[in-house]
Amino acid sequence: MSRLVFRLRAPPPQRIDLSALTPEALKGKALAEISALPIQTTRRSLTVGEMFDVQSGDLDEIVFEGGSERLDGVGTGLTGGVIRVVGEVGFGAGRAMLGGVLHIEGSAGPFAGSRMRGGRLEIVGDAGERLGGPLAGETEGMNGGIIHVSGGAGVRAGDRLRRGFILIEGAAGDYAGSRMIAGTLAIGGRAGALPGYLMNRGTILLAAGADEMTPTFRDCGTYELVAARLLAAHVEPLSARLGKTFRLPLRRFGGDLAALGLGEIFIVAA
Amino acid sequence: MSELTAGGVVIDDTFAEAFDMRGTALVITADSAKWARQAATTMTGFATSVIACGCEAGVDCELAPAQTLDGRPGVRVLLFATSTAELQKQLQNRVGQCVLTSPGSACYAGLDVGEEKLKLGSAIRFFADGWQIAKKIGERRFWRLPVMDGEFVCESTTSMTKRAVGGGNLLIMGATPANTLAATEAAVAAMHAVADTIMPFPGGIVRSGSKVGSKYKGAIASTNHLYCPTLKGTVESAIGPEIGSVLEIVIDGLTSEAVAAAMRVGLKAIADLGPNQGALRVGAGNFGGKLGKHHYRLRELLP
Repeated sequence: MSRLVFRLRAPPPQRIDLSALTPEALKGKALAEISALPIQTTRRSLTVGEMFDVQSGDLDEIVFEGGSERLDGVGTGLTGGVIRVVGEVGFGAGRAMLGGVLHIEGSAGPFAGSRMRGGRLEIVGDAGERLGGPLAGETEGMNGGIIHVSGGAGVRAGDRLRRGFILIEGAAGDYAGSRMIAGTLAIGGRAGALPGYLMNRGTILLAAGADEMTPTFRDCGTYELVAARLLAAHVEPLSARLGKTFRLPLRRFGGDLAALGLGEIFIVAA
Repeated sequence: MSELTAGGVVIDDTFAEAFDMRGTALVITADSAKWARQAATTMTGFATSVIACGCEAGVDCELAPAQTLDGRPGVRVLLFATSTAELQKQLQNRVGQCVLTSPGSACYAGLDVGEEKLKLGSAIRFFADGWQIAKKIGERRFWRLPVMDGEFVCESTTSMTKRAVGGGNLLIMGATPANTLAATEAAVAAMHAVADTIMPFPGGIVRSGSKVGSKYKGAIASTNHLYCPTLKGTVESAIGPEIGSVLEIVIDGLTSEAVAAAMRVGLKAIADLGPNQGALRVGAGNFGGKLGKHHYRLRELLP
């Protein structure tokens, strides 16, 4: 089965918006129509055909060959199928995804997985700031699905996370899990300062601790909880390492007591 | 017409009559099989008959750690009642009083599909007085309740089927109480292997089978005098002089097929034991076929 391929001709001369290039949006469109779609973000017009060599194929898998940090909105609102990017992407990859798989074989810019509601976002490189977070004016961040980052993530990963799983194998920046409403954020590397800042509910796992713990979290003791076993079983197929960490004796910190205080940060017991 | 026999045991050419029930299932886990069993046993106590217990409940099977969501030993429990409201009430009360209270326990849905959902953790969660935490993992939602030994984890809902059947039965008749009990125990042991079924009476066995009604006003059921050996000869009786003891096995199942399968393996176990050490005759209870829509003909279930 052939795939629909967009081969990048040259580095983009401006930021380009690829949010219209999803299986659902392209359904029923001829190659010429696809090539004529506008993708510019400035006053200078730019079409798909000018930027990409398009190879027609089945919509179940779309491949972007060649990446750039100027490729914004890849996989926006994806409902099913697979989008694979061979390279890096820019702002808002997988924003508002509902289903399917978005696989990025490079790094992603800020707001990857923003307001995602379902499906799986895989980032082989690093993720930028506010992974899964809401844009200005929005009250909720990620609300379902799974984000897996093989590298690290920038500041405020999981900001206002409401539901779903964010798994970061590497380190994370400051304020990881800030303002979390619920959901699960697991960080394999070291987190920056003040994780869980103003979180109401939810679970943060810090496999390698944090540069500075948030002072409004209180130590509840060390446990091997049944809930952690359930989390481990769910996480293990994507990340054996994080799954294994959930099965260790974990020290639970409850907070943020400056907010609702029903959240928790787990760190591996000494 | 020639007499039906199986392994030398006479089989009455009759049928068991059973009824539509509402059914659900739970999986209870704990740190050890002992404590999973304990929670399940406590929860299914006083649940032999809907006549006076509100529901009929029992252990379907034990589960190895690899078969449970949390990787701990578990027990699958089935509950049956005559209405959705009663099943919900029994489920909530029994989980709240018997599983929540049991050390190290957790409780999950034991039935994936059904016509309706019953509240499980979503009803029990209020015990946590505001410190309950919901956790959605994949498509399943759990409640975490802080309790004195740590946390009680309970799935939010479980499914309920309206295709459940209650009241499948076998009447096992032998020359002596010992032989009758041996045959009945052999049948129950074999029937335990059939998934989606329970035998809700003590050890799976009823020694006081009942008929509908009574000479006394207000009593809805009374002793099944037709099968009481000490009355034979003095009243109308369904048993001959060779029968000295009768025991009954009542079977509830999540499907009619499961009840039939349980009765089939039970009959085989009785036939395999034979009349010298076990039963002389097997019958089944019915109400003339007018009350229950499920009829299990022994002739069709013979090994």
